[in-house]
Amino acid sequence: MGNSCAVIGVGQTYYTTKRRDVSIAGLVREAALRALEDAGLTFKDIDAVVVGKAPDLFEGVMMPEAYLADALGAAGKPMMRVHTAGSVGGSTALVGASLIQGGVHDRVLVVAFEKQSESNATWALSTHLPFNASLVVGAGGYFAPHIREYMRRSGAPEHIGTLVAVKDRQNALKNPYAHLKIPGINRQMVESTPMLWEPIRYLETCPSSDGACAMVLASESAVTGTPAWVHGTAMRSEPIFRAGRDTVNPQGGKDCAADVYRQAGIADPRRDIDVAETYVPFSWYEPMWLENLGFAAEGEGWKLTESGATALDGDIPWNASGGVLSSNPIGASGLIRFAEAAQQVRGMAGEHQVDGARRALGHAYGGGAQFFAMWVVGREKP
Amino acid sequence: MPSEPLVADHVLEFPGGYTRTTGPVIGRFLTELRDGRIVGVRTAAGRVLVPPLEYDPDSGDAVTGEYVEVGPAGTVTAWTWVETPLEQHPLDRPFAWALIRLDGADTALVHAVDAGNAKALEAGTRVRPVWSTNRRGHITDISYFAPEVTKIVSPVKAAYKITASRSLTHFLEGVKRGVFVGCRCANCHKVYVPYRLSCPECGIAITDEVELPDTGTITTFAINNLPDPRAPEVPFVSAYILLDGADVPMIALVGGVPAHQVRQGMRVRAEWVPEAERTLSMSNIRWFTPTGEPDAEL
Repeated sequence: MGNSCAVIGVGQTYYTTKRRDVSIAGLVREAALRALEDAGLTFKDIDAVVVGKAPDLFEGVMMPEAYLADALGAAGKPMMRVHTAGSVGGSTALVGASLIQGGVHDRVLVVAFEKQSESNATWALSTHLPFNASLVVGAGGYFAPHIREYMRRSGAPEHIGTLVAVKDRQNALKNPYAHLKIPGINRQMVESTPMLWEPIRYLETCPSSDGACAMVLASESAVTGTPAWVHGTAMRSEPIFRAGRDTVNPQGGKDCAADVYRQAGIADPRRDIDVAETYVPFSWYEPMWLENLGFAAEGEGWKLTESGATALDGDIPWNASGGVLSSNPIGASGLIRFAEAAQQVRGMAGEHQVDGARRALGHAYGGGAQFFAMWVVGREKP
Repeated sequence: MPSEPLVADHVLEFPGGYTRTTGPVIGRFLTELRDGRIVGVRTAAGRVLVPPLEYDPDSGDAVTGEYVEVGPAGTVTAWTWVETPLEQHPLDRPFAWALIRLDGADTALVHAVDAGNAKALEAGTRVRPVWSTNRRGHITDISYFAPEVTKIVSPVKAAYKITASRSLTHFLEGVKRGVFVGCRCANCHKVYVPYRLSCPECGIAITDEVELPDTGTITTFAINNLPDPRAPEVPFVSAYILLDGADVPMIALVGGVPAHQVRQGMRVRAEWVPEAERTLSMSNIRWFTPTGEPDAEL
């Protein structure tokens, strides 16, 4: 795994439908300055900048890293952009961490963002090239059949997705940065919303958000403030169309989890991890990922959700921050998971802090559930 | 029978218009307007009144002689939308009458705001004056206020010429004949459709071509309630269909059956458009429709 790496600063913008008051540059800078302030540093203390975002068609800005160099204090420094679809926020953190672990730099600023209000993500994801006759309409249209297949295989009762939709929005009420805040959210409210891509209801999907998230990563000798130590990092990918590919429980996700657990010395994730921030853009992905990430046996993930184990007061809280279901600036969503995991073990998560959290999982996935990025962070130095 | 009432038009207008002696305070305000500046006057209590008044409305005291340049930008504090402007109105298109508190002022000025549509305005919207080209010392020297620029439209358009790959062209030639062309990897023996030239699992070239039947099984599906130009109506079913003999499913429309009667495991067959209407495209298949056979085991 190389040299030790720690998160020493975290900055987030408030997530909302439209940030009309700032440019893209102003948005990323807001998160970056908050992360630097948290670390007690300035741009001068940063050796390199890594930027992540989802496809360029989302805002129509090609090579955004070049445009953002000024806003992120990157003049005269290495600056690079990462792109792994929806998992990009997680991959951005991991690329930044690798620059520390490899001994190349001592302090790296990682930033991810999306300003979805500048266009329309469903349009950007469904450009309909000639000759191809894809019938996939946006992300929901793609994932709905795989959720249906999970329900068939596992025999999960129909209300499990609703439980996740309610739980994550209840958690969001405790997170000042969260986008969707629905006081009094309950099952009936979720169940009364229309099916968009059956079996996915309106309130079982993520919102469309503007926002940015940033972290300052440091080598051991460059740590300031309260560190969250990186205990393991892993990325995996797999082709989207491959005979025998399991789209419900992808091999890439299983392999990625096994790798990150091995590095962190985790034998039983449910027991050894205190809190997980996972990429759940559609409610049913909580039970699906509970299985994919080894928190439950195959076909049993929904039982954990149903028992309340993943609630804020459960034995393995998932998405204490409210998760992607409550805030989704797509490019940043993975980095927010990684940052929230760090905040938990730093004891700085605020009202949604899980008491005594010592080890946390950050997880992101992207594409057709084919790109995975994960890290385990801990209070103690590994 | 009553006689018709006598009706006549009448205009009551003082020839040339009344004059208004401005007095020193309003006169200063209008003189500054003619020069393209907006000023207010400070009261003895320290408030800046815009437009200025000769006497402090709070106390009745005379205002001080201190004139303060304000704005030109300001903030809308309240507004009402005029959908159908009258002839005397400052704009000939829908606009808002708004209370605008100019920067540095303690009171709000009434003026017109050209906001395009009512949704573009809210309390807090920042506006700036658009000056008349022919200023003469009148409130209409400001033609109207307009919102500050907060957003531009940036058209991005890239025109491409798309050439279908050799393998896709071969597949579509098959679809034009009413046949699904697939291929089999010599190493893993998996059958892929559409026809392709390499195996995504083994990474080797595929040379073995196979023709697949137009029947298959729905492995899973979504019922889409959002309209789409490629589907005849909502709800429509987009399904993963595993053609008989294939190892990867295709995504296609299912029709000829109510959406909520579609099942995982349902047996379906392609419904082809008449041969004369076919082109080199997937639209040769109208949709997949149930065969009526018993469901397949998944």
